[in-house]
Amino acid sequence: MSAETHEAVHRHEPPTSFIRKYIFSLDHKVIGIQYIILALVAVIVGMTMSVLMRMNLSWPGTNWPILATLFPGGAPGGVINPEFYLSLVTMHGTIMVFFVLTTAPQGGFGNYFLPIQIGAEDMAFPVLNMLSFWVTLVGFIVILSAIFFSGSASTIGPIGGWTGYAPLSALGQIAGPGQGMGMNLWIISIAIFCVGSLLGALNFITTLLNMRTRGMSLMRMPLTCWAWFTTAVLALLSFPVLLGGGILLLLDRLAGTSFFIPGGLYVSGILSGTTPSFPIHTGGSPILWQHLFWFFGHPEVYIAILPGMGATSHILSTFARKPVFGYRAMVFAIFAIGLLGFFVWGHHMFISGMSPYSAMTFSILTLSIGVPSAVKTFNWLGTLWGARIRFTTPMLFAIGFVSLFVAGGITGLVLGQTSLDLPMHDTYFVLAHFHLVMGVASIFGMFAATYFWFPKMFGRMMSERLGKIHFWITFVGVYCIFVPMHVMGLVGMPRRYAQFTEYTFLSRLHPLVVFVSVVAIITVLTQFIFYFNLIWSIFKGKKAGANPWEATTLEWTTASPPPHDNFAGVLPVVYRGPYEFAVPGAPNDFVMQTEPETETERVGGNGHNGHRH
Amino acid sequence: MSTEARAVHFPAADWDGGVHPYRVGHRKLGMWLFIVSDSLTFSALLMGYAYLRASNVWPTPFPFYPSIVFSSVMTFCLLSSSLTMVFGVSASSRGDKVLARKWILATIFFGVAFIVLHLIEWNHLISEGLRPFSLPAHWVSTFTTTDGKLPSPLFGATFFTITGLHMFHVATGAIYLSVVAARVKKLKHEDIEISGLYWHFVDLVWMFVFPLIYILSVDVGGHLAK
Repeated sequence: MSAETHEAVHRHEPPTSFIRKYIFSLDHKVIGIQYIILALVAVIVGMTMSVLMRMNLSWPGTNWPILATLFPGGAPGGVINPEFYLSLVTMHGTIMVFFVLTTAPQGGFGNYFLPIQIGAEDMAFPVLNMLSFWVTLVGFIVILSAIFFSGSASTIGPIGGWTGYAPLSALGQIAGPGQGMGMNLWIISIAIFCVGSLLGALNFITTLLNMRTRGMSLMRMPLTCWAWFTTAVLALLSFPVLLGGGILLLLDRLAGTSFFIPGGLYVSGILSGTTPSFPIHTGGSPILWQHLFWFFGHPEVYIAILPGMGATSHILSTFARKPVFGYRAMVFAIFAIGLLGFFVWGHHMFISGMSPYSAMTFSILTLSIGVPSAVKTFNWLGTLWGARIRFTTPMLFAIGFVSLFVAGGITGLVLGQTSLDLPMHDTYFVLAHFHLVMGVASIFGMFAATYFWFPKMFGRMMSERLGKIHFWITFVGVYCIFVPMHVMGLVGMPRRYAQFTEYTFLSRLHPLVVFVSVVAIITVLTQFIFYFNLIWSIFKGKKAGANPWEATTLEWTTASPPPHDNFAGVLPVVYRGPYEFAVPGAPNDFVMQTEPETETERVGGNGHNGHRH
Repeated sequence: MSTEARAVHFPAADWDGGVHPYRVGHRKLGMWLFIVSDSLTFSALLMGYAYLRASNVWPTPFPFYPSIVFSSVMTFCLLSSSLTMVFGVSASSRGDKVLARKWILATIFFGVAFIVLHLIEWNHLISEGLRPFSLPAHWVSTFTTTDGKLPSPLFGATFFTITGLHMFHVATGAIYLSVVAARVKKLKHEDIEISGLYWHFVDLVWMFVFPLIYILSVDVGGHLAK
């Protein structure tokens, strides 16, 4: 029992009915694609919202007749009102963080490739896997509905931001339009998402620990697997805390408790306790919500970016035709980032007021994350150093990831210092920082992953020409969007304001605001090249063989697309590490993980742990 | 077969793939992971409770009798249920599924007894006037500090939320064990062990809830009685 091997695995035939094969599928590959499709839909919603916000900022008061039809409450006469703008901020953030940045990297690519890369025929709990996707989908539908079910102030969603800060998130309708039913639905959606992610996380961890094929020791796993594993551990430990916080927040709204509501609040012209619509509250702490939220929220940032780091390491090595520089250091850096991520939540709360000693502790811990981050960055550079790089589209996006991670990470060192954070916190500087590092960098990691693994998933290559156009416009575009935002932030432009027409000291920034909006619209439109490329390539792309990139890991040993049970009934046996490129004396410049060790290697004593140090 | 050969070949064979490194099946490992995550949900609530309790005037309204005696009996029920569960799992490990079922039924009995007693306790407090959003009037007058600070109504909020979530877990566990008891002959020993893990976890949570919610709220000076 304990030494259960996977040798007696037989070929599993896929289910034949359409519903069991593509809709309620138990196959991790189909579920992964379902997650990716969900993220591809969600990201269009999120991008559309960001375009609406940009248009409102740069051309305030413009009349968009279609908005008047879609959102009569939020854009009466077609002009976005400030509450609707805030609601767009909230929905954009929530949808992007949860249903794009958490869903695609982990649920999508992790689901598809983790089992294949460790040589397993499926996840440990296929039914649970299916459930976690469908639960997540329900969460997405609920969050979309939040904008349409807000009682009297119709078609305005919750306006509290993706952080749902108390006390305004805890008070109900009185706190503003969309804070009634819309906010309830927001909390319920997040709670549903938590459950889906927890199911996913325990599935990932169990799969990785228990289902590695023979010879796939921990230090022979591709770095993508380490990243997905660490991400799953973070999700397992952080989502339950958000779930707990969400329960308390919902009770504040529905059961009249005051966990997050202090006494003596005066909101919308009404004092707490003077009308039935605003019953008396006392003793609660809005800061408690911030603690619970950010204890989840900071690990969530790494949940978004770690899979991108894994994919980047994997892709850089493959196209540099060199082993990853410092594999072990990379593994420990992933773990260090994940571990430290649990002790720095306070840096989101410097301006909420805290003891200077606590602030200093959080600050030092925050800055210390720079160490493993730098280890990763320099190891990526070391991997590229002196390499004969193949500049394919996935490689370009992986290099773009490194660039964005550095550009966005550097300002993290600025904001991690309390004295600098205090004046900058609610400005565009923070906005630019986290969009670059956790938003755009993660998305670049996922673009790289898509271009890299598409041939494996669909048996055809994506168009390189369209891919490169997509890369260059997007890469230049995101820098043109977010670098000016740093400047705006330093000038003092506050976040979350619907427009700046009333602020003369910001009027000189207006051309910059317009510039950013124009670039943003161009960049968003460019993404449709990507969508076109995806769909076109599924049908018309150049046929890909089993290993078009000449890569070494297990997913490239099986057919493209892989059969239902991944390896057609015979699980692979692993003899070496994941990145054996340019091995001296080897006939090819790459050696597959399944290649048995040669006589010379055995004599050289170079075999067991797989890694040449 | 080849596993032994490999064990010679690779000293750290447990982690070299092809085996279950902790020597537990997927479901058991999954349950452990679920327990880790669920314990963090409870931790979040208990930390919140500590935070709010520290920043408010907190009433300590539970008299030794009936509250503490009553909750001690409840605790005794849960502890007994853990013991019967241990006997159940041990019977199952010897292959005696019939005996295992009897012990599991005893576990369910103690679990349900806990819930019934707990609901009586809730009912008692509610009839006394405790709500998630307010305290009974005589508690307020008793526990107002000498400088006029009112006791926090969050007492009811934290009490009902935390014990409620725990009771929900006990109820889920009782249903889970009923299914296990009904299908005991078809289940593998490890599956019975897994249900035991969950049950012990729910008991363990109570071992935090009981002192933190009940014992720390004992009316030591007997203020309410005066």
